[in-house]
Amino acid sequence: MPLVKDGQIVSDPYLRVLDDAPAPDDTAAIVPAARLLADAGELTRRAGPIGVLWPNDQTISELEPYLDKVALVALVFPNFRDGRAYSQARILRERYQFRGELRATGQVLRDQFLFLVRAGFDSFEVVKPADAQAFKDAIHRYSVFYQPAADGQLSAFRRRAIAHRTGAASPSVERVR
Amino acid sequence: MYHYDDFDRTLVTERVSEFRDQVARRLSGALTEEEFKPLRLMNGVYLQLHAYMLRIAIPYGTLSSEQMRTLAHVARRYDRNYGHFTTRQNIQFNWIKLEELPDAMTDLARGGLHGMQTSGNCVRNITTDQWAGVAPDEIEDPRIWAEILRQHSTMHPEFSFLPRKFKIALTAATHDRAAIRVHDIGLRLHRNGAGETGFEVIVGGGLGRTPFVGKTIKPFLPKRDLLSYVEAVLRVYNQYGRRDNIYKARIKILVHELGAEKFGAEVDAEWQKIKDGALALDPAFAADVAARFVYPDYEKLADGPAELTQARKNDTEFERWFKNSVSSHKVDGYAIVTLSLKPEGAPPGDATAEQMDAIADLADRHSFGEIRVGHEQNLVLPHVAQRDLYALWQSLYKIGVATPNVGLVSDIIACPGLDYCSLANTRSIPVAQELTRRFGDLALAQNLGRLHINISGCINACGHHHVGHIGLLGVEKNGEEYYQITLGGKADEDARLGALLGPAVKYDDVADVVEDVVATYVELRERPDELFVDTVKRIGIEPFKERIYAAR
Amino acid sequence: MTAPQQQKLKITGPVVVTANRLGDGAVVYFTAGKKWTTRIEDAAVVSTTPAATEFLQSAIADDVGAVGPYIAPVRLEGATIKPGNLRESIRLQGPTFELPASFGI
Ligand code: SF4
Repeated sequence: MPLVKDGQIVSDPYLRVLDDAPAPDDTAAIVPAARLLADAGELTRRAGPIGVLWPNDQTISELEPYLDKVALVALVFPNFRDGRAYSQARILRERYQFRGELRATGQVLRDQFLFLVRAGFDSFEVVKPADAQAFKDAIHRYSVFYQPAADGQLSAFRRRAIAHRTGAASPSVERVR
Repeated sequence: MYHYDDFDRTLVTERVSEFRDQVARRLSGALTEEEFKPLRLMNGVYLQLHAYMLRIAIPYGTLSSEQMRTLAHVARRYDRNYGHFTTRQNIQFNWIKLEELPDAMTDLARGGLHGMQTSGNCVRNITTDQWAGVAPDEIEDPRIWAEILRQHSTMHPEFSFLPRKFKIALTAATHDRAAIRVHDIGLRLHRNGAGETGFEVIVGGGLGRTPFVGKTIKPFLPKRDLLSYVEAVLRVYNQYGRRDNIYKARIKILVHELGAEKFGAEVDAEWQKIKDGALALDPAFAADVAARFVYPDYEKLADGPAELTQARKNDTEFERWFKNSVSSHKVDGYAIVTLSLKPEGAPPGDATAEQMDAIADLADRHSFGEIRVGHEQNLVLPHVAQRDLYALWQSLYKIGVATPNVGLVSDIIACPGLDYCSLANTRSIPVAQELTRRFGDLALAQNLGRLHINISGCINACGHHHVGHIGLLGVEKNGEEYYQITLGGKADEDARLGALLGPAVKYDDVADVVEDVVATYVELRERPDELFVDTVKRIGIEPFKERIYAAR
Repeated sequence: MTAPQQQKLKITGPVVVTANRLGDGAVVYFTAGKKWTTRIEDAAVVSTTPAATEFLQSAIADDVGAVGPYIAPVRLEGATIKPGNLRESIRLQGPTFELPASFGI
């Protein structure tokens, strides 16, 4: 499964460590949420960076106290239609100002990339290699966005107001008919 | 009428190009049906019994004559020459080919029309009063707020994969013509004690398998907070709405399970964290949106011109139509005209390409090029000078949209049912057709007064049967079509769910039973002007039950 | 009529495998040669659970040919294959009323 980060297909430096397995001291490791909550002290004293795999049915505020210790949060899309992790992502980025890697895992397909980027994800475990190749095209399909989100886009309302204020070519008013 | 700017147009065009690419990937096999289905649904494309169906949004029910012509063109070029107006201010084309959909969408996009978010588990087309902007009983035009919500919810990065579909409706009038109490969020624009305008926020209404009338969680929300508050509702729902069972996934179940108070408190807690952020609405933003609504340049005219008075006196057929289909306008000398898409024996809500073109021409001539679509599946010309009414009526009559049955027993709301829909238990349209024949006598219909019959072919309730004065719900028994009948439902400010009359009746008997119900009402009403719903409310369902089932 | 896609497989009479063609949504039937046809008379009729299951599996495997295959009942009148219930006859013949016709304005 290819990993896309910063728009490029890259190799994954993180090792997935399951429930009770030891986390090697000097390797980057992703642990399940329960493990992080139980062994946070021990895990973060290691030399390697630590990431957490957070389930989409666990309240994201429980992760807040650990955010300065984790380098990566992986959120889960069990299928295309389950959108809970979009809310978790925006809360992490916009409310808790999490600046580490935010990774989308699970059923991650091309047609979600733009939503994911807008919600604040910056790395993606992509199911299909062809989708990973098409990453850049997919996120550049749109040039306009109505609402502000975690990607720093201004709302269309604000954009229009700025256009009016600066007298810049304001979005033209043309009759539909 | 709202005029798209470059921004709006660019987005629609980009959406079509994305969908073109998705269709190509599907046809080549790069996407499986399982992967493609949610993508086509996000663009309003369903697969029905015989073909694909495309549902196009008519935001807040406002169409320009040019857009109506675009719909006519799509009906002709890509479909079988007609379209079906739905109960949610959408139009559906029933015979579209997947291979041709990208082209059809390109043609629609030129007219600023699209199928985005008319399906799928996202925020659906925002609906409002079909008389918005012209109704005498409104405090301001609710479409400005509907448009703000439309923009905000379009391709929302967080809320495009909700547990289930999400419907928002608004009204700014005393009389609720948008059925806001049976929506996921209902917004009522009103004035508080201090004279400021804001929204009453109602959540968790809805029909379907488990019908609920919505509960108020915020009696007065300042306008600046509209988007942040709606965002908070959606965020709570997105995270906590049920995803384990499709029948329990609507927000109404979450509101019901938590209780409106607890749900409201959750929303409030979320809202406090975001209300002063990027979503706070600068009055300038709303003013900017409002500025792109162009209102007609009305003439200075007086009410009741001589031409009208004369025609009403001379032509009894016109007089009957006038009394039924013409409503008062907030500007003197003008009128709101409803076009009945329910002629006797026809499928409710259908219009042919020729009718659409003719209506577009009449809108240009008589209604400043504007047309409205209401949730009763009728059309409206919202700005007709009263002196033109007689001429307009003659033209409407010729194209079959002047049946004076608006709001009467033969103005039936029916879903597509088993004749089109793959989820149906039973047919709806032939039942509606038969009932319009039974109640074809217009004098009789008029004598019965306001009486709404609503028909759904399955529990999904697209025909809003729970809130019909008489509601019919199709159920299947041993492979045969049966109908459950409810009485006394209402969708307005006094919204109520109908009560079950008794055991379901067979397809062949359903029209007889409805006739008996109506006859019972006529016998038992206190005065000729006591409406059907009021009689049911006063005497309850028992007297009806006795009559109907004793005889059978 | 319970959406047939949800039915459990228990075959008690003659059935066919049916679906909608991907490109245009047209109603199609699976033939003995495991191809799709719009002609019900060319459909393969089976009446045992193993045979129906096998046909359904092959039909499902062809995700590009047709969408949402399922097993539908048919009636055999001599050599003629007729749809087995109202839903299926509507699928084959179209809506049970006349479609809106043009007004010739
Ligand atoms: S109510 Fe049922 S039968 Fe009617 S359109 Fe909706 S899903 Fe189809």
